[in-house]
Amino acid sequence: MFRYLLAKEFKQFKRNEFLPRLVVMFPIMTMLIMPWVATLDIKNINVSVVDEDNTVTSRRLIEKIGSTQYFEIKERAITYGEALESMRFGDSDLIVNIPYCFEKDIVTGQGSNVFIAANAVNGTKGSMGSGYISQILESFSREILPEPASKNSDAVNISVISKYNPTLDYKKFMIPALMSIVVLMICGFLPALNIVSEKEIGTIEQINATPVKKWQFILAKLLPYWIIGLFVLSICFLISWIVYGFFPAGNFITLYTVTLAFIFAMSGLGILISNFSQTMQQAMLVMFFFMLVFNLMSGLFTPVSSMPEWAQWIAAFIPPKYFIEAMRGIYQMGVGFRDLIPQFIILLCFGFCFNLLAIVTYRKRS
Amino acid sequence: MSAIEINNISKTYGTTTALDNISFNVKEGELFGLIGADGAGKTTLFRILTTLILADKGSASVNGFDVISQYKSIRNDVGYMPGRFSLYGDMTVKENLDFFASVFGTTLEQNRDLIEDIYCQIEPFNNRRSAKLSGGMKQKLALCCALIHKPSVLFLDEPTTGVDPVSRKEFWEMLHKLKKKGISILTSTPYMDEAGQCDRIAFIKQGKILTIDTPAGIIDSFGEPLFAVSANNMHTLLKAVREYPEVKNCYTFGEYHHFTVRDVKFKKAGFLSYLGSLGYENISINQITATVEDCYLKLSEL
Repeated sequence: MFRYLLAKEFKQFKRNEFLPRLVVMFPIMTMLIMPWVATLDIKNINVSVVDEDNTVTSRRLIEKIGSTQYFEIKERAITYGEALESMRFGDSDLIVNIPYCFEKDIVTGQGSNVFIAANAVNGTKGSMGSGYISQILESFSREILPEPASKNSDAVNISVISKYNPTLDYKKFMIPALMSIVVLMICGFLPALNIVSEKEIGTIEQINATPVKKWQFILAKLLPYWIIGLFVLSICFLISWIVYGFFPAGNFITLYTVTLAFIFAMSGLGILISNFSQTMQQAMLVMFFFMLVFNLMSGLFTPVSSMPEWAQWIAAFIPPKYFIEAMRGIYQMGVGFRDLIPQFIILLCFGFCFNLLAIVTYRKRS
Repeated sequence: MSAIEINNISKTYGTTTALDNISFNVKEGELFGLIGADGAGKTTLFRILTTLILADKGSASVNGFDVISQYKSIRNDVGYMPGRFSLYGDMTVKENLDFFASVFGTTLEQNRDLIEDIYCQIEPFNNRRSAKLSGGMKQKLALCCALIHKPSVLFLDEPTTGVDPVSRKEFWEMLHKLKKKGISILTSTPYMDEAGQCDRIAFIKQGKILTIDTPAGIIDSFGEPLFAVSANNMHTLLKAVREYPEVKNCYTFGEYHHFTVRDVKFKKAGFLSYLGSLGYENISINQITATVEDCYLKLSEL
């Protein structure tokens, strides 16, 4: 009997005008577009320059700022007030004010002050931007003053190596996390929506009056999406390899094993949501809420460790957090299964809890 | 043994009482009709008997199986056609039939003889998706799907609602054929004219059974003369008839008003001149036999 239920699901899936396209296009678009746009690298900061000095040295500094990929000289203002005005209208993010007698003060050895004002509406952009600028100023001052003053600062030499992501490529941070979202959507939420749709259309009424057992019905709903989900995940691996040249450092068996545990947990959550929803609309709204929490609190974009402590406690109850950790570990660091046992076990626990709750709250015969 | 036994079943949804202490039996091989307006509790009763929901109080059994403890046996043994079309609209006629056959561990071929008469009418549309069928065709397909496993009891929840008059007639002919094959049928309908087709009917109103009898028995129990009146201005006529002292009760009924009288010695002539004095023309008054609907209206106003 189960075979027929399964065949029916595949038939309906194939016949759906929207689902097969969604299942193929969603991961491809996610993998092709999101790694480029979901980035915390700060680039193209608009700079407004107020050059009161207007000498060879000051123009050299401006040229140096403009030559990096981080800054774009948007405006040369006459006065600081004018530059401030353009910042107010959002035309510039950063003001570099080079004072009068800048060159003269440097040549005479007095040293000069460059004033920087950053728009900190976006805190990250503001602080990163002023940080970059100060680095440029520092190297600029070394260039023009190769004399004794700089010798002291060589007392401590700092050298930094970026481990696991030598080129500091934010895409490599995002790709494994984006894959988790794809798996979450296809294996966790789509089958739940499918169950709710049977409720909404009323077909479940007919099925419930037959000898079909509830677990058979639900498993027949889940299995196709699990299979499709794993297939789609494999497409994601392929895209990340071909398009981004990014191959997992760890092994695939570990990857798929952890993924299965995650699918188990998220399907349970999906069924739980479907138990409490009478219509697709209700289910979608609840899932939307969960997606928001998952996206922003699971460490997808921002590290969980920099959240306030209470938020870290909430994050501890978010299954995608553990899966994203595991995915990044395997992909970027080549972590083996043994090191992922905590994540694996936690995901399994979530799975058991969600599925148990789903069974308890389910009333085939209310 | 009765095909269906219902003992003191009650069910409430929040503060609304859907079923209030209902009891009746459906005999084996009987075509039993549940007649009542929308919201009378018919669907709730069906859902309890098909083991989809639990009653708050009382017990019920189908084919001797208890609806609570032996629900699995019931599900194998009954056919249920919900009031709302509940087959898979994105699957074809044939696929739906094959699917429901396989769910019961059988095949279309094995039980084809039972549904042959109905199936031959929809077979030309085998490859059409069921959502694209007409209303009558959908009901025929749903009936086929409910019969595909040779159930001994058939539950039909308003099978002819939203179906054209010709298909309705055909549908009832099919039910008579099924009855001859020994299948017990419990059906519900809001149409009074269909009640006469059943072996026995029960009037249900606001979760209570008003009466249970054969259609003829119910008509006999009307127990008083009934008249039909019509004239040129039907709208004001209703008030005029009600104001006549000898008239007990008057209500609109199609193109006539039906009324009952306080005294069997009611004289038509006196009534005629009363209406004539009020300026009505083309007056016709006839004594008629009550229909099932008259009985329902009489009982439901008590």
